[in-house]
Amino acid sequence: MIDLARNVRVWFAPESVRQEGSTPDYRFSLANERTFLAWLRTALALIGGGFAVDQFLPDLRWGWRVGLALALLAAGVLCSLRAVNHWVRCERAMRRGEDLPVSRFPALLSLVVAVVAVAMVFVVLVGWEG
Amino acid sequence: MSEGGASEGEASEGAAADRDPGLQPERTRLAWRRTTLSGTVSAVLAVKTALHGGPSPAALIACALCCALWLGFLYLAHRRIHTLTSSDTPPSLTPRTAATAALCTVAMAVCGAALVF
Repeated sequence: MIDLARNVRVWFAPESVRQEGSTPDYRFSLANERTFLAWLRTALALIGGGFAVDQFLPDLRWGWRVGLALALLAAGVLCSLRAVNHWVRCERAMRRGEDLPVSRFPALLSLVVAVVAVAMVFVVLVGWEG
Repeated sequence: MSEGGASEGEASEGAAADRDPGLQPERTRLAWRRTTLSGTVSAVLAVKTALHGGPSPAALIACALCCALWLGFLYLAHRRIHTLTSSDTPPSLTPRTAATAALCTVAMAVCGAALVF
């Protein structure tokens, strides 16, 4: 938690990253940036999925439709916040010459996506009539 | 390659001179483009959701907000791409740009939650 608060402070104070360690090869920084952008795309896709559920499953009961859409939107929010946090952690680790941080977020996200997908199949098959 | 450790800085300076810079800035530029495209798809879906039940004041405000967020992201991407292409050793992304990009995404999701609800 304290780590997270410190990371959030770094988001808006870029100078404090610069002061740590040494500047890594710019190619590594760019690779880190691309990973960040890939996660951001994942977040945007989840958000788009949330809108799509709301728009393209109009026959679904209100509760299910809104629940699924909100779950996808929330996953998108988490994903984008995590993207920037992970980017900061990787950048700092590279500057200090430490190992890159490990994360169980990809596993969690894939579980959530799997659960939402199964729920969607179930809901579309069973709850169509509403 | 600004002032790093003395010997380490020299080593990477040499490596950068020897090695082909490769397509790293190019790839990063395209990654920004792809991300902007994903953002466009989300924004279009958001606008479609907002205007689904006919134009009401709340829907129009949400619509305008989504468009503004999309424009904000476009501006960030444009500035970053400009930085990437204008120098041989592009500076790394600043945390502020990264945080702003992520917050644009979060704001769009919040906007979407308000629309769906």
